[in-house]
Amino acid sequence: MTQQPQHTKTKRYGMVIDLDKCTGCGACMVACYAENNVPFRQDESDKMRSLNWIRVMKVDNGKPFPDTQVCYIPMPCMQCDGQHMQGHSPCVSVCPAVATDYDQTTGIVSQIYTRCFGCRYCMAACPYHARKFNWWDPKWPADMEKYLNPDVSARMRGVVEKCSFCYHRYQKARDKAYVEGREELHEDEYQTACAQACPTNAITFGDLHNPEHSVYSRSRSKTAFRLLERLNTNPKVYYLSSKSWVRRKADNYLEGENFEQIREKARKAAATH
Amino acid sequence: MTTPAIPEGVKRCPTRQFTLWLAVVGAVLLWGVYAMFLIWYKGLNQTGMNDAYGFALWIWADLAVIALGGGAFFSGFLTYIIGKKELKSIINYAVIIGFICYSSALLILALDIGQPLRGWFIFWHANVHSMLTEVAFCLSCYFAVLTIEFIPLVLENPKLDRIPFLHHLSHNLHEVMAVFAATGVFLSFFHQGSLGGVAGVLYGRPFAFREGLLIWPWTFFLFTWSAAAVGPCFTMLVTWLTEKITQKKLVRPEAFQLLAKISGWMLLTYMIAKIADTWYWAAVTAPSKGFSLMDFYSSNPVYGIWILIAELVICGIVPALILITRKGRENKPLLVTAAILAVLGVCINRWVMVLQVMAAPLLPFQDWYMYMPTWQEVATTILPVAYGAILISLAHRYLPVFPHEKELNPGQ
Repeated sequence: MTQQPQHTKTKRYGMVIDLDKCTGCGACMVACYAENNVPFRQDESDKMRSLNWIRVMKVDNGKPFPDTQVCYIPMPCMQCDGQHMQGHSPCVSVCPAVATDYDQTTGIVSQIYTRCFGCRYCMAACPYHARKFNWWDPKWPADMEKYLNPDVSARMRGVVEKCSFCYHRYQKARDKAYVEGREELHEDEYQTACAQACPTNAITFGDLHNPEHSVYSRSRSKTAFRLLERLNTNPKVYYLSSKSWVRRKADNYLEGENFEQIREKARKAAATH
Repeated sequence: MTTPAIPEGVKRCPTRQFTLWLAVVGAVLLWGVYAMFLIWYKGLNQTGMNDAYGFALWIWADLAVIALGGGAFFSGFLTYIIGKKELKSIINYAVIIGFICYSSALLILALDIGQPLRGWFIFWHANVHSMLTEVAFCLSCYFAVLTIEFIPLVLENPKLDRIPFLHHLSHNLHEVMAVFAATGVFLSFFHQGSLGGVAGVLYGRPFAFREGLLIWPWTFFLFTWSAAAVGPCFTMLVTWLTEKITQKKLVRPEAFQLLAKISGWMLLTYMIAKIADTWYWAAVTAPSKGFSLMDFYSSNPVYGIWILIAELVICGIVPALILITRKGRENKPLLVTAAILAVLGVCINRWVMVLQVMAAPLLPFQDWYMYMPTWQEVATTILPVAYGAILISLAHRYLPVFPHEKELNPGQ
C-alpha cells in the first residue's frame, strides 16, 4: 500500500470548494447522478438510504432572525490520505476483501464493486458518511437506460459505492495524453462532473501538488480548512469560507480552545505535505 | 422412560412431552428461518439499517454471542492446559454452548453481508490490514476446532458407541483433546481480540478509537479478557437454567464454585483495566479530537451516562465483588444474579461498541442517528436462541453431556 511507483510523477488530486460562492443549488448532485449512473428510487423520502456521491448540507449559525446566516456545504467523498499520509485512509485499511483501493499515483480512493461483498465495515469507518450502500437493485425509467454513461459500471444490490472523483475521466484523459506522447495532464483535461456543473465556479479541482493548478494555491489560502481535521484522516477536499462561524462548524473543539489557532496549525501542517 | 438411544442410568422426559417442547421451540425457529429467507431473497432493505447505521443489531448479536461463547475456550484452557479436573463436570456443556454460539455467529454473519454469495471473498481476497479478515479466519478455524471437540461427545451416544470404529474414534479424539483445547485458546485469543479491534481501529470514530500496543488497540485485549471472564458466567447460567428446567442436579457444586471464583477474579481485573481504558480515553484520546466525555452521553434520547455506569459498576464491579467472595459464590441466588449481571455487562459493552459508535454524531452540524430494527432482524436474532434450545435439548436427551449426572441424582 505504501509502494511508490517509479515510472510516473505522483499526483494528489483534490478539490477546493468555496463556500462563499456555493448557493446550494444542487447542480453538482444532479451532474454526479448523471455522470456516474447513480440510481434513484421513485420514493426518495428516506434520505438515510438515498444514494448520492455528493450531497449538499445546509448549516446555519444558530442565531435567530435577523442575524441568521446560512451556509451550504457540498460533501463528496473526502478522498482521505489517511494517518501519516500513506494511503491508510479510514475505509481502505478496514476493507477485508481489498475492495477499497488507494491509488498511490493519484491519491484517489476508489471502490471495486465486483470485489465488494457488502460487509459495510468501510461505512462504519468513514466519519463523513460518504459511502453509500445499494439497499435495492438499481432501476431506471425505461428510456433513461439509454442515457446511462457507458464508461461507468452500474452497481448491483448489496455493494457499497462512493465518489471516485470521476476516475473514468482521468483514465480517458490519460489515454488521450498517452496517444499524444505526453506524460502530464493539463488542468482542464481532467475535471470532475460536479466541478464542471457548478454555476458559480465554487468547486475547483486539480492536482494539489502542481503549482500550475488553481487548487494548489487555493488549498493553501488562509481561509482554507477541511472537515474533521483533528481526526487525522487528511482529506483532499478543502473548503474556503470568509466566515469564522463556518470554519468553526467544520470540526469539534472543547470549550475554551482557540479553534482558529488549532485550525491554522493544521493548515500549515497540511501545506508542508 | 428409557430407550436405547438415551444414555444408560439417566431419566428423561416422555417422548410426547419432548416432542411438544421441540414443536414450540421449532415454531420460533421457523419464524426466524422465514425472516432469514426474506433477507436473502429481498436483500438488506428488509432491515432497519441505513447508510449511517451500517453496523447494527446483527453485529451486536455476533459480538455478544462470541463473547458469551468464550466459556468454551476458557473452560477448555482451565481443564486441559491448567489441569483443573473439577471442571470435567461442566466442560462438555461448555463446548456445546460454545458450538451453538459460534455457529450462530457464522449464520448471522452470512445474513449480514449484502452479497452472501461472495462471502468467500474474505478468504480469497484477504486484506491482511483488516481486523475483519482476522476475525473471519480465526472464527472459522475455531468453529472447526469446536466441531472436533463436539464430535467425541456425539459419538458417545449409546447407539453410535456400539459401532466399534466410532467408539475407537471417540476414544482417540478424547486422548488428543488437549491439543485442540490449546489450539482453541490460541485462536480464541486472536478472534476475540480482533473483534475488539474491529471498533478500536476506527480512528475516524472517536467514540470507538483507542490507542494500543503495536498494531492492536486496547480494545483487542479488553475483548479477549472480558470474553474469558464472562464466558464461564454464561456457561454457569445456562447450566443453572438447564438444572431448573430438568429438575435435576447436573454439575458438581465444586465445578460451579471454581468456575465462579476464576470468573470473578477475571472480571475484577478486567474491570480495573476497562476503567483505566475508559479514563484514558475520556481524559486524553477523545479531547485530542475535540470531544468531551459528555458529548457522547448527552443530546440524545437513549445514550445517557447511565449506560456507562450500568456497564462498569452495576454489571461490572458488583458481580465481580460477589463472585470473588466465598459467601457470594456459595449463595446460589446471589451467584446467579452475579452471573446475569456479568452477562448483561458484556452485552452492554458490545452494544455500545457497535451501536453507540454508529449513533454518535461527528460533525458539529449533525444530529445523533437513531435506529430501530425491523421484525426480520429481531426474528433472525432470536433464531439462534431457538436453535440453541433445540440443540441443547437433543444433546441433553441423547448424549452423556454431564458425566456426574447419575451420581448426583441417585434416586433416578
